[in-house]
Amino acid sequence: MDKKYGVYICTGCGIGEALDVKALCDVPEEEGLPVKTHSCYCGKEGLEEIKKDVADGANTLVIAACSRRVNFDIFKFEGCAVDRVNIREGVVWSHPRSEFPALTEEEKEDEDNFDRVQMMAEDYIRMGMARVEKIKLPEAYKLDNFSNRILVIGGGVTGLSAAIDAAKVGYDVTIVEKESYLGGYAAKVRKQTPVGMPYDSLIPSVVQSKIDEMEKYPGITVKTNTVVARIAGQPGDFTVTLKKPGDKIEFDVPYPLPPEMKVDEKGNELDAEKQHELYLEYNKGRVDILKTDPAGEKFGAVILAAGWRPYKPAAGEFAHLGFGESPDVITNHQFEEMAAKGPVLCPSDGRPAKSVVFIQSPGGDAGDSDFSYAGAVTSMVALKQAKYVREDYEDGKSYVFYQHMRTPGLNENFYKSVQQDPGIFLTKGEVTAVSKNGSGLIIEADNTLLGEKIQVKADMVVLGTGMVPATADDPVVNLAYRQGPAFRDIGLFEGYCDSNFICFPYETQRTGIYAAGAVRRSMTIEESMEDAAGAALKAIQCVECSNRGVAVHPRSGDMTFPDFFFQRCTQCKRCTDECPFGALDDDEKGTPKPNPTRCRRCGTCMGACPERIIGFADYNIDSIGSMVKSVKVPSEDDYSEPPFRILGLVCENDAFPALDIAALKGLSYSADVRLIPVRCLGSVNVIWIKDALSQGMDGVFLLGCKHGDDYQCHFVKGSELAEIRMKKIGDALASLALEEERVAQFEIAIDEYDKVPQIINEFVESVEALGPNPFKGF
Amino acid sequence: MTVDKQAPASGSIMVVGGGISGLTTALEAAEVGYEVFLVEKNPYLGGRVAQLNQYFPKLCPPTCGLEINFRRIKDNPNIKVFTLAEVEKVDGSAGNYEVSVKLNPRYVNAACTCCGECAKVCETEVPNDFNFGMDRIKGAALPHEMAFPARYVLSPRIIGTEDARKCKEACKYDAIELDMEAKTITLNVGSVVWATGWEPYDANRIDNLGFGRYQNIITNMMMERLAAPNGPTGGKILRPSDDHAPQSIAFVQCAGSRDENHLPYCSYICCMASLKQATYIRALYPDAKIYIFYIDLRAPGQRYEKFYNKIKEDENVFFIKGKVAEVSEDPESKNITVVAENAVTGEKIHQTVDLAVLATGMQPTAANVRLPADLKYTEDGFIINDFEKGGMFGAGCANKPADVVSSNQNATGMALKAIQTIAKR
Repeated sequence: MDKKYGVYICTGCGIGEALDVKALCDVPEEEGLPVKTHSCYCGKEGLEEIKKDVADGANTLVIAACSRRVNFDIFKFEGCAVDRVNIREGVVWSHPRSEFPALTEEEKEDEDNFDRVQMMAEDYIRMGMARVEKIKLPEAYKLDNFSNRILVIGGGVTGLSAAIDAAKVGYDVTIVEKESYLGGYAAKVRKQTPVGMPYDSLIPSVVQSKIDEMEKYPGITVKTNTVVARIAGQPGDFTVTLKKPGDKIEFDVPYPLPPEMKVDEKGNELDAEKQHELYLEYNKGRVDILKTDPAGEKFGAVILAAGWRPYKPAAGEFAHLGFGESPDVITNHQFEEMAAKGPVLCPSDGRPAKSVVFIQSPGGDAGDSDFSYAGAVTSMVALKQAKYVREDYEDGKSYVFYQHMRTPGLNENFYKSVQQDPGIFLTKGEVTAVSKNGSGLIIEADNTLLGEKIQVKADMVVLGTGMVPATADDPVVNLAYRQGPAFRDIGLFEGYCDSNFICFPYETQRTGIYAAGAVRRSMTIEESMEDAAGAALKAIQCVECSNRGVAVHPRSGDMTFPDFFFQRCTQCKRCTDECPFGALDDDEKGTPKPNPTRCRRCGTCMGACPERIIGFADYNIDSIGSMVKSVKVPSEDDYSEPPFRILGLVCENDAFPALDIAALKGLSYSADVRLIPVRCLGSVNVIWIKDALSQGMDGVFLLGCKHGDDYQCHFVKGSELAEIRMKKIGDALASLALEEERVAQFEIAIDEYDKVPQIINEFVESVEALGPNPFKGF
Repeated sequence: MTVDKQAPASGSIMVVGGGISGLTTALEAAEVGYEVFLVEKNPYLGGRVAQLNQYFPKLCPPTCGLEINFRRIKDNPNIKVFTLAEVEKVDGSAGNYEVSVKLNPRYVNAACTCCGECAKVCETEVPNDFNFGMDRIKGAALPHEMAFPARYVLSPRIIGTEDARKCKEACKYDAIELDMEAKTITLNVGSVVWATGWEPYDANRIDNLGFGRYQNIITNMMMERLAAPNGPTGGKILRPSDDHAPQSIAFVQCAGSRDENHLPYCSYICCMASLKQATYIRALYPDAKIYIFYIDLRAPGQRYEKFYNKIKEDENVFFIKGKVAEVSEDPESKNITVVAENAVTGEKIHQTVDLAVLATGMQPTAANVRLPADLKYTEDGFIINDFEKGGMFGAGCANKPADVVSSNQNATGMALKAIQTIAKR
C-alpha cells in the first residue's frame, strides 16, 4: 500500500489552551507531512474533514487528540492505518499548567528555557508518525484446511450435553468415551440430586434421557472404548488420532522427559544432546509431534469432558475413622455402587445397614476442611445417600456429621427437605474416632450441636470423599505440542484443568480446547450440564474465529498474527518455550513452526526473540523501536540543564487504562517520561530498552500486571517473563557502564490509578539521583 | 486492532442487563458472529460487579475484566449497546420477537468528549446511588471513573434548574440537550436473554439487625464501596458515625438469607464475600479484630476452601457458629453489640464492636417487579428456564444465586441457547 499521510491535531478539551499548537504543527511539517487542526475532531465538522481526506486518498493517519479508549467508534476509517496520539489524557490532563507552567513570553526569549509539557506533546506526535510509517494493515490468516467438527472427550453427562448443544446449531460432533458404555458416573447412580425447581427431592438420573436425546441428532457420532492418542495441529485444523484404551501405537503422543531423567547420577543436568537422545529413547516407537497422522480425523475444536474418578484413600489413610479397619467403613462411592444395586447392606456380614453415619470432614489436621477434591457436591451427595437409607428401611436412620453444610444457592431447598425427615440427623461435629462395637460401630464426635462429646452406634460409616479430576492422573488430551501433552496451569489447581480467570472461566492456555464439568471443579450434574453449554459455545466460537482468521479472547477479532523471518532464526527455541499458549512447535533443528490459530497475539514470542525476527503487521520490533528512536533526547548541547528522558513501556490492558483514569482524576506525573502502550509486557523486547539507553535516555520502566499464583496478566505469563528478562538485562547494562537501576519493572492493578503517578515520579527521582545517562549527546 | 467484519448471521439476540452476565452472553454470542443488542438500564455497563472492590478468591479488581470486555465491545460492530434503556414489552414468540425498548434521556448526546466542564459548573449534588448514598455526586457527572460508555449524564433532578442551564452553557461541544425526552424503539430479535441480575436484599426489612437504626451497621455491598479506591472514602474503611478507623468488626452472615421470613435460599456468595472483606480490613488495619458469625461457612471446593484456610491462619479473625439474633447500640460510643448463641457451646455471646457488617443476600431483580415478558419464575423471583420452549432465558443471578465464575459459565452457555433458537440449520 502506498502510504498517504495525514496528521490531525485536535485543540479541544483544553489541548489548545495548554499547548502551542503552531509549534506542534511544525513537527509533521518538518517531515513534509500534511497537518490540520480542529477544535473538535470527534464532532461532525471535524470528522468530515478527516473523512474528506480519506476519500481523497489519505490512508495513514495520525490523530493527536484523546485516548484511544474513548471515541473508539468515531476514529475508525476503513482501510486506514491510524495512530491515536494521546495528547489529552496523556499530556494535557496529566500535566496541568497549574503545576507545569508554560513559558512566559520573556522566558521564551532565552533559548536555554524549555517547556516540558510542550516537548512531551511534540514527542508523542513524532512517535505516532514513526509508528504509522512502520505498520501495515493486517490481512487475516487463512487456514489451508479447515474443519468445523467438534471432538468431545468423555461420554458422561457433561460430554453428552455439550454434544447435543453443539449439534443443535448444526455442528458435527464426535464423542469419544473410554468405557464401553455412555453415561459416565451418572449412569451408575441410584438417584441424583435435583437439577431444577423445586430442588427438594431426588430424581432418577437424567443421563438416559440425555442419551435418548443425543440419538436424535445424526450429526453426533459416538465412539466407545476409545481414547485420544494425540491431538495435533491447531484450532480449525486439528488432526486427532484415536485408539482403543491400552493400545500402544506409533501416534501415541511423545511425552516430555521426566525431571529425574534429565540429570545424571550426581544430579547434574545433562546437556541438550544427551537429553534429546534420552527423550528419543523414552519415546521409542512414537513418532514426532510434527508428523501428521494420515489416518487422523479432522476437528476444529475440542471439548474436554473427561470427568472424574472417586478418590481412593491410601493404605492407612483415615484409619482414625475406621477406614481399612472395619469393612463397614466405606467411601461415598462404594456406598453408591451398593445402593445402585439394591438395599444398603453392611459389607461385613450382609445385614441391613439400618443406621449409617455420613462423615463430611476427616478432622484431625484437616481442621474443618472437607475431604480433598470435595465441594458443594459432596455435601449434596451425603444428603442424597442419607435418603437412600430411609428409602430402604422404614426404621432406617442416617446421621450426617459435617463441619459446614455446603448446599449453596437453591440447593438449600434440598437441604431443607432433608432436614424435615425425622430419620435423618444432621449436626456439625468433628468425628474423632470410629471403633468396633460387636458387629456394629461406635462413632465418637466432638463439638457437635447436640453436646460437646457424643457417641452414635451405627451399622455403617460412609466417608464423604472427593471427586478426582481425570486430568490429575493423565493429560487425557495428549496434545502433540512441543510444550507437552497436558493442560498447563494444572499445578495451580491440583490437577483440575480450570481457568485462572474469574471473568473468563473458559480461558486456559490451550486455545480451542475447552474443559467442562468435573474435570475442572467438583460439580453437580446440574452444574456440569450448564458448564457443557458454555464449553460448546466456546468451541463453536473458536472454530468460527479460526475460519475467519481472527484471534479469540482476549484480543478477540484481531487479524494480526506473528510473522517469522526464518532465514535469521538461530533455533534458540525461546519463542517455543515462552509462548504461554504453546502456539509454536519447533522441529528437529529447533526452528519454530507457528500455529497461528493457537496464537492469542500477545507478542510474547516477539519479546523473547533475541534475533528480533518475529513481528505483527501493526506491532513489531521496528514499529515500537522507531517510536523509541523518535523521542528527542536533549543534551547539554541543547540546554545547560537538559531535562531527563525516561521511557515507559506500559501494558495496554491494565496499566494504560489506569493512567487514563489518573489523568481524568487530575493526578499528574513527571513530564519527562514518554509512554508507549504494549500488547503485554511479555512482548517487550530488550532491544527497545537498549535502543532507548543507547540514544541517551536516562531510564526505562515497564508497567504491567501482577503476577504469581493470582496473576492478573491476560496472557498468563507476560509480566512474569518480562521480569525475568529485566533481571538479565542488568549484565548488559553493566557492560555499558550503566547502572542496573536505570531499568525497572512495576506491577500495577487497573484500579490502582491513584498509585501510578507516585510510581512514575519515584522512578524518575531515582534515575535523577543517578545522574544523566553518560551516552547522552553521542 | 483491526475490526472483525464478519457479516451478522441471520437473526439477532437481545441481552437485557449489562452486568457481568449480560456482557458475557452478549460478547460470546457476538464473537460467534451474531448481531446482539445489549440493553442496560443504568447509564453505564458493568452492573453489580462494577461496584465491587475485588473478586474472591484472587483479590483482583473487577474493572480489569470489565475493561477487556469493553474493549471487546469497542472492537465488535456486531454489538449495539443501549444504556439508560429498559424493555417495556416483548411480543411474538421464540425466533421472532418484537421488543419495545424505552430509552431514557441522558441529556447528553454523542458529542460529549468527556471533558468534564459541565460537572465543574454544576453546583447541585445528588445522592450517589453507585455508592449506596454514602456520598453525593454532581448533578452532571460521569457515573464513575471507569464508566463505559465514557460519557457524562445529567441527573433528572437538575433538569429545569439554573444548574442545568449552566451545564449547557459550559459545554463547548453542544453535547447537552436539556429537552431530550424518553423515546421508545422497537427491535426485532430471535431470542432474548434476561441477565437482569440482583439487588442486595433490603436490610431495612430485617428488623432485628438494626440496619437503618444504628449508624455503624452497614451492608456488605456498602463495605465494597468503602474499600474501593473510587468509593466514598477513597478506599479507607471508616465507620459512618465518626469516620474513625474501626478496630473491631463483626460480620453477620445470612442477614436475610436462609431465613423463611426473608430469603429462604442461600445467596451463595456472602460467606466468601465476608472472608474477602476480612482481607480488606486486614490490609488497612493490622490489629483489628474480626468476628464472623455464621451458620455454615460455605466455601466449597478446592479454591474456596484454600482461601478460607488462609483467612483462618489470621489470629485476629474469630469464627463463631451462631446466627445473630439481635443487635444493640451504645448511644454514647455508637458501638454495636451483636448477640448470638454459639451453636456448639450453647454459650450466649455478646460481642461489642466498632462496626457491624450485614452479609445481606441477593434478591433477583424480578423479585420486586416482574419482567415485561412471558417468563416463569420461582416463588422468589428467579427465572425458570424452559429449554424445550426456547426463545427466552434467564442468565446469571436472574436465574439463580451464584458467584461470578458460575454466572459467567451460565451466561456463556445461555449465549448458545440463544443461538440455538435462531440458528438456521
